[in-house]
Amino acid sequence: MLEKALVGSQRYWGWIIFLLAVIGVGFACWIYQLNYGLGITGMSRDISWGVYIAQFTYFVGVAAGAVMLVIPKYLHHYQKYANIVIFGEFLAIAAVVMCLLFIIVDIGQPQRMLNVLFYPTPNSILFWDMIVLNGYLAINIIVGWNSLLAERKHVPPPAWIKPFIYLSIPWAISIHTVTAFLYAGLPGRHLWLTAIMAPRFLASAFAAGPSLLILLLLLVKKLTRFEPGEEAIQSVAKTVCYAQIANMFFLALEFFTAFYSNIPGHMSGLKYLFFGLDGYHELVPWMWTSITFGLFGILLLLIPPLRRNHTFLVVACASIFFSTWVDKGVGLVIGGFIPNPLEQVTEYHPTFPEIAIATAIWAIGALILTILYKVVVSVRQENA
Amino acid sequence: MSMDRREFIKIAGISALLGITGKGAFELLRPGDLDAFEGQEGGAGLRKEDLPKIRWGMTIDVKKCDGQVVQKVRGVCDYLHNIPHFNNKKDEVKWIWGDTYEHAFADGANEYIDDAIKELPFLLLCNHCDHPPCVRVCPTRATFKRPDGIVAMDYHRCIGCRFCMAACPFGSRSFNWRDPREGLKGRKLNPEFPTRMRGVVEKCNFCVERIDKGQIPACAEAAPEVMTFGNLADPNSNIRQVLRVRTSLRRKIELGTEPFVFYLV
Repeated sequence: MLEKALVGSQRYWGWIIFLLAVIGVGFACWIYQLNYGLGITGMSRDISWGVYIAQFTYFVGVAAGAVMLVIPKYLHHYQKYANIVIFGEFLAIAAVVMCLLFIIVDIGQPQRMLNVLFYPTPNSILFWDMIVLNGYLAINIIVGWNSLLAERKHVPPPAWIKPFIYLSIPWAISIHTVTAFLYAGLPGRHLWLTAIMAPRFLASAFAAGPSLLILLLLLVKKLTRFEPGEEAIQSVAKTVCYAQIANMFFLALEFFTAFYSNIPGHMSGLKYLFFGLDGYHELVPWMWTSITFGLFGILLLLIPPLRRNHTFLVVACASIFFSTWVDKGVGLVIGGFIPNPLEQVTEYHPTFPEIAIATAIWAIGALILTILYKVVVSVRQENA
Repeated sequence: MSMDRREFIKIAGISALLGITGKGAFELLRPGDLDAFEGQEGGAGLRKEDLPKIRWGMTIDVKKCDGQVVQKVRGVCDYLHNIPHFNNKKDEVKWIWGDTYEHAFADGANEYIDDAIKELPFLLLCNHCDHPPCVRVCPTRATFKRPDGIVAMDYHRCIGCRFCMAACPFGSRSFNWRDPREGLKGRKLNPEFPTRMRGVVEKCNFCVERIDKGQIPACAEAAPEVMTFGNLADPNSNIRQVLRVRTSLRRKIELGTEPFVFYLV
């Protein structure tokens, strides 16, 4: 089936070549990083995780978001999702591959990565994260690919993939829960030491993943003759709306606990992000933009005539995608490191090679997604 | 001992994976506790005679510490362990250093404490905690706690994920963002201690290489009036006697990591 990705319009090939060029630049920077060390990044003794781990965290959420289609389709037999659930599964594949790549580029000794397998250490959450992420990738490849194969042959999907589909539901929850546990179990990092880290992660995932999916589906609809179905789009949009409301509510809860308790450690991370600390306030405009966009997106999605208008829908989904990205892909990781354990502020500025490497991984994700979506659309067109 | 330990970790990992026993979960939630039962038939419970016979710790007399002491101690440590110097803060590697009272006791600083103490430099280093969060999070056991309490590093196993740096509540760990040998250029090297490679985490090791030869850490040897190093498991040790007569503080005790560096005030 993959050969269908080799036939395409000029525009399709132009896009592929563009992505390959972006990947090439990032790859060159990565080679530079391998030679020099992670010193080419803006990370430091104080901010020891940066863009890479932040992007990793965000895209685990995007991957987990696919379950918002799988649950209605397979648990509630909501047939309106029959056409689009595979787009969700393939988005999950691209997102998980991105996550794994972000981990690889973040590791100081990537050639030793298999040590995690050679010396399995169950008390390290990273060990479990490796298991759940790779497992989720495998499940989505098995389910997505086999359902597409069946579709091409005009037969129902094989019965043996059913257990994998059901397994994918708790598994999707697990990837983001375990990723939240990477942060939530660390003493001395007050911003992260919160029991609602996992629920927050899931809420933002269920907003971010489906909002990106709506954008992608509308794009596919525009570029090809594929019709995702208006009712399906509207249902996903409602999911995004509710999830984002929960996400913003959870953020408010963090504020209450920190500021009502008045415990300095619990307030300092939030203070740095939203109000500035000790004269440092680089992220303040980012965080308020995130809140504004998040609330704005909710407003657009809550009003039915606006939600049904595709222009507003696109703006709403883009706003929420951006809002959650800033919250998790920028603020969360950096806010956990500022102030440092000695209550000092060291700010973090990603460098050009660092951003180029991260952008290349985005491009690899886009490339995987383009190829997989191209195959789906070609199969559908053939069958039509 | 080390073979048994490795064997045990493998079994715990595999059983946790398969979910056949609660051992893995136990290890996840109460790390270190199982270590105590290690090598004991049936794990019937911790008996007094099984308690560690050696538990290294250190006291630092704040009142006797000044800029000169910090400089001397740091110089000895930097030389002995070939710790690189870079001119920018970003790439900084440090094992022991001096900082202010407010930074050292970030969560519990008392603004009315004697000005004489407030102005003194506080020597900061790895606390060799009893429940080290760095050891708990390490995915390869590249950082591990020895039975004598020392939190040590295996530079050859470290994958450079820096999870331990995120976990340490004392900011005691450094990462080799770039080749540390670049930061050693033009300096006298200690041929007896390995230099590191880029991409691994490093930290104070309580001079484990000296302890295993019956010596005390180089900092304590260089500043005996300020630092006392000894065995806390032995009620008659020098360090226990010091702690008996002096008031001591430990950093961030509320986090439950049980630091083994005591500040005498």
